[in-house]
Amino acid sequence: MLKSREDLNLLYEEARSYIKKEDMRILVCAGTGCVANGSLKIYEALKEQIKNKGLAVKVELVDDVPHPVAVNVSGCHGFCQMGPLVRFDPSGVLYCKVKEADVAEIVEKHIINKQIVERLLYHNPVTGETFTTQDEIPFYKEQIRVALANCGRINPDDINDCIAHGGYQALAKVLFEMDPDSVINEVVASGLRGRGGGGFPTGRKWQFAKNAAGSKKYIICNGDEGDPGAFMDRSVMEGDPHRVLEGMMIAGYAIGADEGYIYVRAEYPLAVKRLRKAIADAEKLGLLGENILGSGFNFRIHIKEGAGAFVCGEETALIASIEGQRGMPRPRPPFPAVSGLWGCPTIINNVETLANLAPIILNGGAWFKGYGTETSPGTKTFALAGQVSHTGLVEVPMGMTLRDVVFKIGGGLRDGKKYKAVQIGGPSGGCLTEQHLDLPLDYDELIKVGAMVGSGGLVVMGHDTCMVEVAKFFMGFVQNESCGKCVPCREGTKRMLELLTKITEGKGTPEDLALLEELALIVKDGSLCGLGKTAPNPVLTTLRYFRQEYEAHVYERKCPAGVCKALAEYYIEAEKCKGCGLCARVCPASAISGEKKQPHSIDLDKCLKCGTCIEKCKFGAIAIR
Amino acid sequence: MECADRKFQKLQEIISRHEAKVSHLIAILQEVQEEYRYLPQEVMTYIATALNISPATVYGVATFYAQFSLVPKGKYVIRVCDGTACHVRGSEPIHFALRQELSLRPGQQTTDDLQFTVETVSCLGACGLAPVMTVNGEEVYGQMTPEGVMEVLAKLRGTAQA
Repeated sequence: MLKSREDLNLLYEEARSYIKKEDMRILVCAGTGCVANGSLKIYEALKEQIKNKGLAVKVELVDDVPHPVAVNVSGCHGFCQMGPLVRFDPSGVLYCKVKEADVAEIVEKHIINKQIVERLLYHNPVTGETFTTQDEIPFYKEQIRVALANCGRINPDDINDCIAHGGYQALAKVLFEMDPDSVINEVVASGLRGRGGGGFPTGRKWQFAKNAAGSKKYIICNGDEGDPGAFMDRSVMEGDPHRVLEGMMIAGYAIGADEGYIYVRAEYPLAVKRLRKAIADAEKLGLLGENILGSGFNFRIHIKEGAGAFVCGEETALIASIEGQRGMPRPRPPFPAVSGLWGCPTIINNVETLANLAPIILNGGAWFKGYGTETSPGTKTFALAGQVSHTGLVEVPMGMTLRDVVFKIGGGLRDGKKYKAVQIGGPSGGCLTEQHLDLPLDYDELIKVGAMVGSGGLVVMGHDTCMVEVAKFFMGFVQNESCGKCVPCREGTKRMLELLTKITEGKGTPEDLALLEELALIVKDGSLCGLGKTAPNPVLTTLRYFRQEYEAHVYERKCPAGVCKALAEYYIEAEKCKGCGLCARVCPASAISGEKKQPHSIDLDKCLKCGTCIEKCKFGAIAIR
Repeated sequence: MECADRKFQKLQEIISRHEAKVSHLIAILQEVQEEYRYLPQEVMTYIATALNISPATVYGVATFYAQFSLVPKGKYVIRVCDGTACHVRGSEPIHFALRQELSLRPGQQTTDDLQFTVETVSCLGACGLAPVMTVNGEEVYGQMTPEGVMEVLAKLRGTAQA
């Protein structure tokens, strides 16, 4: 039990001393992606085989083993495409796509003989260049990690490891050196804006809540992350849960709250598990609860599991859900900062916003403002996904261009596809085209072109993506997720989806296009909450930047990308087909048939137009007309 | 009747643990669903009475959130992610292959033998591995292909027989 700041510092010194005793620290990525690819088996095998070689293995930070090799699981390293990842400290060597079968070689060569296992290093597929350490790899080189600083560097299940890496130091500084106003001033000075999507200045929001009347106040951490194509909050909660708790306590101290809720998606069981453990461990140490570190500050944190509703990302809907009701938004004002959970002043901050607080307190607001742009300071995490070579989690200074993110960090497009667009900000965001590649990524620049940062999902699309179909996909999503409370959103999104469906089926008329645009503007203006207000963005941006594609569907009855089922016809060019039968085997609809060594043919009634055959055909014999 | 009594006893335990608080309604429904794999109608009525709220309120919450099901689900719940990243990397053929292999009729989610349920979800948050599917929310399968679907189903059927 820690009873004072000195106790925390003593524990910090002690934990550091344990790290100094380590000869080598191995971090096996245990983010969702790497776990799915078997990283936990690698972890077990490493422990086992190191022990078998007679080396001293340390699993917990405080295990007192002389000259140990410490084997840890860690949160997401971010380079998901290359997982499972194994990192070695202090050398920083990173092995990619490690398999259980590679463990013996790693132990023998790397750990015992101190040689690098060349074949497991990252090789640039284009230039053939090999990179030994993580920091040299282009994917990491351009990044600056603030919110993700400890993700992949610490064992999220070990509070001692967290403390050894500076965990709860910002909380101690706040409790013993600062009054609530100076905390708020520091956050205001940092210019931090809400990372959940809206981009409202965090410090100003806190000011409202601090000044609001009432002795009972709440902090809510929004970990709902319903955006399709986004997973940064998940990675932070799984990779550095203590940072989230610390951020909530700093916020609580600043506005005078003594209780907090973390609202987590039920689809994130690992995040829930790690957060629960983090809360229990922090309570045991006295970092949560009554009279924290003897400062007189009390704080309790509860976890509420969401039940699957995108609209619960909306502040007022989220509050309704915590209260046990249907997650429906209500008109604002009053804003939650004045009247929120059970009528009390409530601050809702997104996971990533909270994860930025500890470094801001420790390094000062001016330091944070040193990154990013004038109006959007700091760094932002993006979930890079889609048709990009290196999918994963990245954190870059605001204002970096889209081109740098997609091509320098993401390594360009995969499978020789040509860049067509990125979809940024999920269902609230927009689709940007080639002309926006040099656009600096910050809140205001993106709003100007009709998109938004949103929570930071960044889905890269290649030339074989139909933008009308993408717009329909998002409209289907928001139509499904609309809570139904207000008419423009409930009815408007439904009609918009109908129109888009009509167009993708080749039945659209020029009037439909005009009506679609008109409806989009009405839904945008007339909806009650952020879901409806931003729902037309994917449609409006695609209409603006890919209008010729809509027109091809309407006037020529053609889908230029060959995606829309009613408009595209797949066929096999007989002279190119060798009759290998691969296409028939991979076709999920069994639509392809033919004799061996004879040209095959496609049954158009069965064909799904999924493109699997085109991708698999080695002879380029399958085409779309 | 004995069976029904036992059912309600378990239910009462869950409600008591949450002190019959209305604010815990979602958590209660989540735990109850974990127990029965869906929310039977009589269970919802029981909860309404215990919490002293109208059955319509319970029903309203149960139908609002995607997680709750009012019909029984299969032993293996297979979720195909149809988030943006998975969508542009081909989640549809995977979904189709699953439905075809399990002979699901249009609109049908659960096989008649209650072994498999196939659902699409908006995002599983593993976009780096797109396209993704999960089995019972725990096993995550990344970079799926229609062929991969067959392997997973064969594996599950194997364990189903064992």
